[in-house]
Amino acid sequence: MTRRGGASAGPRRAPYVFLLPGLALFALFFALPIGYAVFLSFRRVEVEGLGLGSGAREEVWAGLANYTAALGDSELLAGALRVLGYGAIVVPAMLGAALLFALMLDADRRGRRETWLRGFSRLAIFLPYAVPGVIAALLWGFLYLPDVSPFHHALGAAGLPEPDLLDGGPLYVALANIAVWGGTGFNMIVIYTSLRAVPTEVYEAARLDGCSQWQIALRIKIPMVVPSLVLTFFFSLIATLQVFSEPTTLKPLTNSVPTTWSPLMKVYQDAFVKGDIHSAAATAVVIAAVTLVLSFGFLKAANSRTKQQGATR
Amino acid sequence: MQSTPLRRLAAASLAAALSAAALTGCGSSGDSGSGPAELTYWAWAPGMDKVAELWNKENPDIQVTVKKQASGDDLVTKILTAAKAGEAPDLVQAEYQALPTLVSGDVLADISDEVKDAGKAFPAGVWQQVTLGSDAVYALPQDSGPMMFYYREDLFEQYGLEVPGTWQEFADTARELKKQAPDKALTTFSSNDSGLFAGLAQQAGAKWWTTSGEQWKVGIDDAATRKVADFWGGLVEEGAIDNQPMYTPAWNKAMNTGEQLAWVSAVWAPGTLTTAAPDTKGKWAMAPLPQWDASKERTGSWGGSTTGVSRDCDHPEAAAEFATWLNTDPEALAALVKEGGIYPAATAAQTGGALAEPPAFFANQPDFYTEAAEIAKTTAPAAWGPNVNVAYGTFKDEFGKAAKSKKAEAFATALESMHRATVADLTKQGFGVAG
Repeated sequence: MTRRGGASAGPRRAPYVFLLPGLALFALFFALPIGYAVFLSFRRVEVEGLGLGSGAREEVWAGLANYTAALGDSELLAGALRVLGYGAIVVPAMLGAALLFALMLDADRRGRRETWLRGFSRLAIFLPYAVPGVIAALLWGFLYLPDVSPFHHALGAAGLPEPDLLDGGPLYVALANIAVWGGTGFNMIVIYTSLRAVPTEVYEAARLDGCSQWQIALRIKIPMVVPSLVLTFFFSLIATLQVFSEPTTLKPLTNSVPTTWSPLMKVYQDAFVKGDIHSAAATAVVIAAVTLVLSFGFLKAANSRTKQQGATR
Repeated sequence: MQSTPLRRLAAASLAAALSAAALTGCGSSGDSGSGPAELTYWAWAPGMDKVAELWNKENPDIQVTVKKQASGDDLVTKILTAAKAGEAPDLVQAEYQALPTLVSGDVLADISDEVKDAGKAFPAGVWQQVTLGSDAVYALPQDSGPMMFYYREDLFEQYGLEVPGTWQEFADTARELKKQAPDKALTTFSSNDSGLFAGLAQQAGAKWWTTSGEQWKVGIDDAATRKVADFWGGLVEEGAIDNQPMYTPAWNKAMNTGEQLAWVSAVWAPGTLTTAAPDTKGKWAMAPLPQWDASKERTGSWGGSTTGVSRDCDHPEAAAEFATWLNTDPEALAALVKEGGIYPAATAAQTGGALAEPPAFFANQPDFYTEAAEIAKTTAPAAWGPNVNVAYGTFKDEFGKAAKSKKAEAFATALESMHRATVADLTKQGFGVAG
């Protein structure tokens, strides 16, 4: 008995030993910083009098004050609404384009040989993803600014009206365009890869049944890549909620982008310009919670739907 | 525990050794035996490392290592964070308006005992900014940015414009130019650099932060600043000047092609124009800033920085000695001008030496620096507070909105918001706030 127990204790412990490095890294570089941020969000600095000289500043408990301030902050809410409007353009446009490109690249599967043009197109669509976000925003910023934009020059020469892309509604389109330009290629690759994984027999059967390319795309390919679409939607949602570098880069070019345009910009402003890390930490925790609820809520909804469909099928 | 003579001897000699180490550590030069005082210096001025090398060669006992930083608000936060961890560098470069924030964050040491009478080397308006109006000295002035009026000499002649001596004439000049050349503008009101607006308000006599007893008094929405905001708002509303921000590719183009004929700037403008408007070399001229009261010449300051010693420094005397050398010694200042292209705050260094020649971009104005030194003497005092960063951040957002709306009343509203946000932040942090 005892010998058997001793022998089986080793293997039973083994998984935990293997898990240890991962868990340690997780605790050290993920749980601990997050825990510290949460700790900071419940603190605040209390200054006395003129605040000059040593000992005039003290860190004290703030209770929920930072959270009530963040939740009641109209600027944060305005920023969230701006990002919502921006996301309403980015996500459908980017995923739509990615799906379209993926289907086009995968169009005719009978000639299995890769033509050089197919490879070139795939690379060309993917390439903007390799351009860092800040550089992309700078590039587009030059193209948007009326005085230096070649488009404005061409429109003006043709006697057409020259819209100001860095103001009002067009600003959202201008910002969304940068994200779509940069992100479509990545999403296309994800969808395209899952299209390539569909077994050829399925297409053969479809063709024998007399399906056209259109019908194959609509009735077979799209339903079969739904999991990839869910995944790319999930990524895009998170990326949208975290939008920072594009509006930050365009900000100095125009009067229309305030320093708190997106919620993350507000966090940056609070922490690194105002020097108030405690408010910034509370706002960051709120943003993280909202992101978590939205993205996992979506995943859950998508999963239960697929399960339901699987059950009824 | 019994105290044996031997144990007592050991303890005594240990204490002696420790205090000796502590003393020599405080770095008076000439102590042999202990290692040199090692100082780190966070700075962003270009070429600062080369200037520090000059010092290191002649002062083997005090060795300074320059760690290059980015300038601006981010560095203030970085220094505050480092100080909180007890890891602040020995010496820091800090802008004038950041000093109260750094003092309030308990970062900067009072070096009044170490620098003694260094104050005589600087104009009073500049010196007052490093003492915060007290007996303490929190930093030594390095460079300053007296504001001036820059204009395209050739185009002013072409359109028959006079160099404006007052702000009223400035407005008339802007209108006259618009009448003659509707597609050009005298200048722009830019919402992306709060320092320019602060300098203009300073010239008008504004005091944004003052103290009375243990309380701060915020005067951002005071009569002088309101006058400045209304003036620029009025010009933007009537379309006499542009409303787009500076330092954008579009602004560079406007400066380079003569779409904008003038720039209200500071002594460092030649450097900016060299890169922003390379095709206009030799076509610009510098004049004093237009005045509110022609009988009382005054200018504001825009930019400029100081050298401070942190409280974490183990060798404050050595650090202060270096800072004094760096900002008052002719050799050091000449090197700073040559390597970093700065305009020294020390009065003696503002003419002759490295500044005998005009900047290459202004070769057409041989007395550039003589005139600059005259203007620098009229610098109005500045009054900074512990949350300049908040006021500046609000300025960008609120005046951005105002400039976009092109309404003079929006400028007044923006100023009110800036005032309110600044007071609210002080109150929230617990500072004593008057009125």
